Amino acid sequence: MKFTLSWLKEHLETDASLNEITDKLTAIGLELEGVDNPAEKFAPFKVAYVEKAEQHPDADRLKVCIVDTGKEKVQVVCGAPNARTGMKGVFAPEGSYIPGTDMVLKKGKIRGQESNGMLVSEREMGLSDDHEGIIDLPEDTKTGTPFTEIFGMDDPVIDIAITPNRADCTGVRGVARDLAATGLGTLKTQKITPVKSNFKSPVDVDIQFLKGCPHFCGAYIKGVKNGPSPDWLQRQLKAIGLRPISALVDITNFFTIGLGRPLHVFDADKLNGNIHVRESKKGETIEALNDKSYTLEDGMTVVCDDTGVQAVGGIVGAVPTGCTEDTVNVFLECAYFDPYLSAKTGRTLQIESDARYRNERGLDPAFTRPAVDLAVAMIQELCGGEASEIVEAGKAVDTDRTITFDPAYTKRLGGIDIAEKEQIKILESLGFTVTKNKVMPPSWRGDIEGRADLVEEITRIYGYDNIEAVSVRSSDATGHVAETTLSARMRKARNVLAARGMKETVTWSFMPKDKAAHFGSNDNKNEGALTLTNPISSDLDQMRPSILPNLLDAAQRNADRGFADSALFEVGPVFETVKTDGQKMVAAGLRHGATGPRHWSGAETHRTIDLYDAKADAIAALEAAGAPAGNLQITRDAPGHYHPGRSASMRLGKNVLATFGEIHPAVLEEMDIDGPASGFEIYLDNIPEAKKKGPARMLLQASALQPVTRDFAFLVDENVEADALTRAAKSAEKSLITDVSVFDIYQGKGVEDGKKSVAIAVTLQPVEQTLTDSEIEGIGKKIVDAVAAKTGAILRG
Amino acid sequence: MTDMIDMNDLKTELIQMVEAANDLSALEAARVAALGKKGKITEQMKGLGKMDPDARKEAGAALNLLKDEIAALIDKQERALKKQALDERLDTEKADVTLSPRPEAKGSIHPISQTMDELVSIFGSMGFKLAEGPDIEDDWHNFTALNFPPGHPAREMHDTFYLPDDPDEQGEAAKKLLRTHTSTVQIRAMQEQGVPIKIVVMGRTYRSDYDITHTPMFHQCEGLVIDKDIHMGHLKGCLMDFARAYFEMDDLPVQFRPSFFPFTEPSAEMDIGCSRKDGGLKIGAGDDWLEILGCGMVHPNVIKNCGLDPDEYQGFAWGLGVERIAMLKYGIPDLRTFFESDVRWLEHYGFDPLDRPNRATK
Repeated sequence: MKFTLSWLKEHLETDASLNEITDKLTAIGLELEGVDNPAEKFAPFKVAYVEKAEQHPDADRLKVCIVDTGKEKVQVVCGAPNARTGMKGVFAPEGSYIPGTDMVLKKGKIRGQESNGMLVSEREMGLSDDHEGIIDLPEDTKTGTPFTEIFGMDDPVIDIAITPNRADCTGVRGVARDLAATGLGTLKTQKITPVKSNFKSPVDVDIQFLKGCPHFCGAYIKGVKNGPSPDWLQRQLKAIGLRPISALVDITNFFTIGLGRPLHVFDADKLNGNIHVRESKKGETIEALNDKSYTLEDGMTVVCDDTGVQAVGGIVGAVPTGCTEDTVNVFLECAYFDPYLSAKTGRTLQIESDARYRNERGLDPAFTRPAVDLAVAMIQELCGGEASEIVEAGKAVDTDRTITFDPAYTKRLGGIDIAEKEQIKILESLGFTVTKNKVMPPSWRGDIEGRADLVEEITRIYGYDNIEAVSVRSSDATGHVAETTLSARMRKARNVLAARGMKETVTWSFMPKDKAAHFGSNDNKNEGALTLTNPISSDLDQMRPSILPNLLDAAQRNADRGFADSALFEVGPVFETVKTDGQKMVAAGLRHGATGPRHWSGAETHRTIDLYDAKADAIAALEAAGAPAGNLQITRDAPGHYHPGRSASMRLGKNVLATFGEIHPAVLEEMDIDGPASGFEIYLDNIPEAKKKGPARMLLQASALQPVTRDFAFLVDENVEADALTRAAKSAEKSLITDVSVFDIYQGKGVEDGKKSVAIAVTLQPVEQTLTDSEIEGIGKKIVDAVAAKTGAILRG
Repeated sequence: MTDMIDMNDLKTELIQMVEAANDLSALEAARVAALGKKGKITEQMKGLGKMDPDARKEAGAALNLLKDEIAALIDKQERALKKQALDERLDTEKADVTLSPRPEAKGSIHPISQTMDELVSIFGSMGFKLAEGPDIEDDWHNFTALNFPPGHPAREMHDTFYLPDDPDEQGEAAKKLLRTHTSTVQIRAMQEQGVPIKIVVMGRTYRSDYDITHTPMFHQCEGLVIDKDIHMGHLKGCLMDFARAYFEMDDLPVQFRPSFFPFTEPSAEMDIGCSRKDGGLKIGAGDDWLEILGCGMVHPNVIKNCGLDPDEYQGFAWGLGVERIAMLKYGIPDLRTFFESDVRWLEHYGFDPLDRPNRATK
């Protein structure tokens, strides 16, 4: 909210400087947004006397002037036709910023004559468009007077942010009261004289919707003369960015800003019949004073005459019954509208008005009738006229309530010792009534509900700065673990994936519904359960069932920008249901295109991405996150967004820990992604809790005996998978075989169709003594037999 | 005496033969010719048996001496030849050392994760534990329990994303939404964990707002301390310690301003010192302040809503924007870029996975 310093001083008696005031505003919770201080901006500009103005020797249109600034005499070259000896003008010394031209004035020579500053025009000062000549002031103006003083621009404009709880500070008077409570000044008393009248208002008021408008006061004023408001009022309004319209309208704005009390003035001659406050009906329309038309919904509070809606209560008035220059008889409205309904209506109609801003925060319910007294007096003062008795409908909302006051609680909650007397003084200066251990908040503080609120009032006025900071570092923090199991898994997975050359990204939790549908759409049981009812845009409407679509889109976007072959991952939630346990934490990654750039060293650096890249990522992340990666079963049942033949799940029994594979070509095509791409998804919640307790490792059993490796090549049906073969080999002699790995697979010449040659390397670790050749041979035979028995493979000759 | 002359001749002959061998195979031939089974010295050795004992003794010693000398000479010659062969090989093995090595992809950690880990590290060292809660919440946890009365305009200020009602639930529990703040986890912690509480929460939050300073999804760090004697002094101390640790400035000025949040009373916002010059922002002692978080003493209604007695328990809470403090610390200019997955951005603003936050390191 903006207001001028002089407006504040209408309510606050103070000697404090502008800086003291603005610092204090922030300190008590009325945060300073900015100060516009013209006196500072225009400080160099002062009234000067033109001692002499003579023709420039080398330019017809220029004059060389000797200007007396009161401090010194300087020579200025001036091009204005009205520059003349003996005049008073406004002088800008060199180095000053000229607002109208947006330039800093420099000393210089004009056609050979030195010029030290400038006599300015109104346009150069940003006052008007007048550039016919320089500012010509009355001759009796005192040399050295600040420019801002002459033009009434020496009033700083203060802009503060008002938190939603402080309805009382939406008026300058409330701000003044808060400042006065700090001891920065004294709140001036406000004299309210009840309206004196000898006639009844010809316009009557009835309320048919007490919930929306519990209280309505008004007065009829006949014979007013509407016209421009006085200069002082226009100046105050202009300073804060409001356009003066007419005395009657300006008065309502003066009340809105000054007292936080919006009013409305109807042209009474345009009203048909009486005023009725009722609920709107859907389809009713209003031609509003903001030059827009609105169609109303059911249940809004409207102020009507016999013909229809003339104002949306607490939000905006209507053009047909608005005041004009010709208005003679007026009806003044001052009503209390329900804050929640005002907020709802304003939001529905999307009207931002000064009235809504205050009504939705909650006006002072006790100030409705007194505001009419004050407003009538001001209208009569500025526009004349004769006022009726006050018309009143409904009654003021009761704000009386008491709160137990315990001065010790201020210390307990606020952590600061403030003397009881001081606490009471603060509360009383804010308008609270304190009696023994009870406090009654003033009618304008609807936000005060309990004793914690009192602590806030006392501490904020006393100063948060005075509360001593106390550290909360624990004495037992040395043995403290902050992470949860899940957050530790997330961190470890993240670190290992990044260490493997993947870049972590963070993408939206929502995605287009049609894209989500390719990834095991999470709507299966409950259609639409995870579709936002009010998405920010239609392509962010579905809670994601998988992270992969976002990574695919990201990879393609990067490729389109010329950065192909990305390797991206994200650790974040996916959503299966709306229930608390329907959210799963997933580490997902995607490699796109090739393993890297082309390179002189050979093709391996620029190999096409395949499922084994994703599998390696998945295993590494699983291991890092604490899963028994070596013991997982690999099953061919990955979700449908993967290539059916080139993907798998990694599981422990029924529990799926991860899926990986190449992305289904049809999905890539649907999503306009250039293949190939391989991805993985790890379900971090599904990893079983580690059985091991404590940080100690099992003792290392490093054999002194050298391990032996033997190679075997088998011919086997091409459908037999590597895992079956290696498991079979391992089972042959579990106590000695520590590793079986496939090192060659061959199909083609020399191998009959439908078969493949698989070469494995078996590592034997002797336990007690070195194996003899015949022992090794025996184990070799066992391996061949076991593999043959379990897979039908035969040893290749 | 003839034997001795023979011996000198033999020595000369053998030395010449070894020295003449100019590659390893010639040297091997020379070794065989001298010391092999049928070699010259071996032949002489065989002749010793026919000599009388004195002559045998003398000739034997001389032969052994010669054998050692020749063997040593062969060794020496072998080393020289090997060195020569190696030098010749090395001469042919010159690589272009200016060629690039095989490429290795460089991974990175997103600034949001990095910042969250830093926060865990800082608050962890103060004795806080991490707590978690779901992104999809209900009306009660997100609003009502946090003292936003039904119909209150402050609810609307949150620009909430809603989901269809959950048919399995009723009333406020059925009204599903995306949490607008991590304060929901305060409620869950107070209800599920019991007192005393000292938790910190990191997570995704959502508001329907998208412009230069707002994204529909962002991250918050929430904290909650509840015990019997926690007051505003603790709030100030905790958050001041945090700000100084996070921005790595022991003398970073902080100030607390009164503010308003429905779920705290008294409420405050914390500012840190800064200076602005030529459009740039510098954190530290300066002539200006920068807001970084909202905080306050937990509202008695909130404590009551969670089943605790506000006359017995009290404490403080805060919430801060993770992206915001990441932008401030690391000089990232635009919020929206956090979620664009531009690999150039991820690489530039991302962090080395092997260099993770730790309070003790630089």
